[in-house]
Amino acid sequence: MEKQKVFRVIGFWGLAVLAVIYLVPLLLVVMNSLKGNLFVSSDPFALPDSQSFAAGANYTGGVAKTGFVSALGLSLFITVLSVLVILLVTSMTAWYIARVKAWYTSALYYLFVFSMIVPFQMVMFTMSKVANVTGLDNPLGIVVLYTGFGAGLSVFIFVGFIRAIPIEIEEAAMIDGASPWQVFFTVIFPILRPTAMTGALLNTMWIWNDDLLPYLVIGSEWKTIPVAVQSYMVGAYGHKDMGGFMAMLVLSIIPIVVFFLIGQKSIIKGVTAGAVKG
Amino acid sequence: MRVSAYIKKWFPAFALPTFLAFILAFIVPFGMGLYLSFTKFRTVNDAQWTGVSNYVAALTDGSFLNSLWFSVRFTVISVITVNVFAFALAMLLTKAIRGTNLFRAVFFLPNLIGGIVLGYVWNLILTGILKALFAQDLTYSATYGFVGLVILVNWQMIGYMMVIYIAGFQNIPGDVMEAADIDGAAFWPKLFRVTIPMMAGSITICTFLTLSNCLKMFDQNLALTSGAPNNETEGLALNIYRTFYLLRNQQGVAQAKAVIFFVFVAVVAFFQLRATRSQEVDA
Repeated sequence: MEKQKVFRVIGFWGLAVLAVIYLVPLLLVVMNSLKGNLFVSSDPFALPDSQSFAAGANYTGGVAKTGFVSALGLSLFITVLSVLVILLVTSMTAWYIARVKAWYTSALYYLFVFSMIVPFQMVMFTMSKVANVTGLDNPLGIVVLYTGFGAGLSVFIFVGFIRAIPIEIEEAAMIDGASPWQVFFTVIFPILRPTAMTGALLNTMWIWNDDLLPYLVIGSEWKTIPVAVQSYMVGAYGHKDMGGFMAMLVLSIIPIVVFFLIGQKSIIKGVTAGAVKG
Repeated sequence: MRVSAYIKKWFPAFALPTFLAFILAFIVPFGMGLYLSFTKFRTVNDAQWTGVSNYVAALTDGSFLNSLWFSVRFTVISVITVNVFAFALAMLLTKAIRGTNLFRAVFFLPNLIGGIVLGYVWNLILTGILKALFAQDLTYSATYGFVGLVILVNWQMIGYMMVIYIAGFQNIPGDVMEAADIDGAAFWPKLFRVTIPMMAGSITICTFLTLSNCLKMFDQNLALTSGAPNNETEGLALNIYRTFYLLRNQQGVAQAKAVIFFVFVAVVAFFQLRATRSQEVDA
């Protein structure tokens, strides 16, 4: 079929052009991060020349001003810990909800599902108050907040998966004398792996990029990457070091690109699986 | 039933940790928020019942209605454009073209970057373009901010939806498409009579995801224009945030706006799901 061949060639080049257009915004930021402070806003599209080229100065000097390094550490700490805690406790809860037949397990399930559609602004003010009063307004306490506010989605996808597992496996383990604890960790938990990957991915994307919750709850003392980026732009009236800011944007995108390159296959699989369950 | 009875009394071990966190981070804040929307307060402890006056104030606040209108327009346009582009890309990428994996990765990548960073990236680009073309700023006109946000969101979300549509295409049984081809169906009739109905499940999910994300959009809105000029490009979430934290003594009104926002999102999502679900067919 000659027609199909032509179509494939046109399709390929069309997609190639589009892919380049797609990457331009990111490349532009990288390019501007190599320019001196004053040259960034004067013409963001100009290539660095002998006058504007600043080599790595933005990365060495500019970034220090933005507090990026400590923000990176904090973001890593909060994201990794929250995701691990969420996966552990919500998978346990989901198993309980899926297997125990009682009015309160279905009530709990519907409450979790309900919480998924509630916009953050609805609970934003009162959640910061609760965090204040209960002493959860620190990097460890925020893990509890993420667990609670994010529980809905994770419980939902885990319950969906567990309901599809034949219950005979658990019955057999039970008859062999295993405690519920053992049944969960030796039988159920290993089976949950693919769903746990999806949950890990969706929660990582949310928590790593979340701005408002960490800003309101711990932002005055501790800044995650999005909070640091935002407060650098809002805080520095007139004294913005745009070069340093560009370097900061590049550095905040790098961990994501690395994460994506390492886990590309599972990420795309996770998105698809998560969507089908939603 | 035996498993049920066996683990029933293990509630404290299995369900309690999540439940406690859920109470602290959701149930209590949600209940308090609902209650506070009917009161006047500054620090929560000083709340005084004022009936529906906050709701009246919210619904007669021009800036709130303006942000509602902005969010609606922005959501309608973005849901359509994102889904049409994502659908078309997914169609192309399931057609045995060279390099599909690489293309898929490139289109997907922006989705992983957070809204705040994306907002500033596009701020740089759009400001640069507008300066070069019209010697104007991004905040010069509300149209710039609106179009800019639509472009940003398309760039961000198309890849994600594309991945879901690709999975949808791969799940269409081959014989259905073959039958259409043998019958000699032309491109457009085939698309509307066969492909789209077969893809209704994916369309439901993607419309839902884009719809709720656009209605709830905050970070991108804040970082791109922050509502400039004159709060004309302010979406609902940003308006509520500012009523809480930037205006004086308006916390009650802000909370009432938040309740309205929540009900609005829930109702829209409900009707969207019902409408698109009813179109789903089985092969």
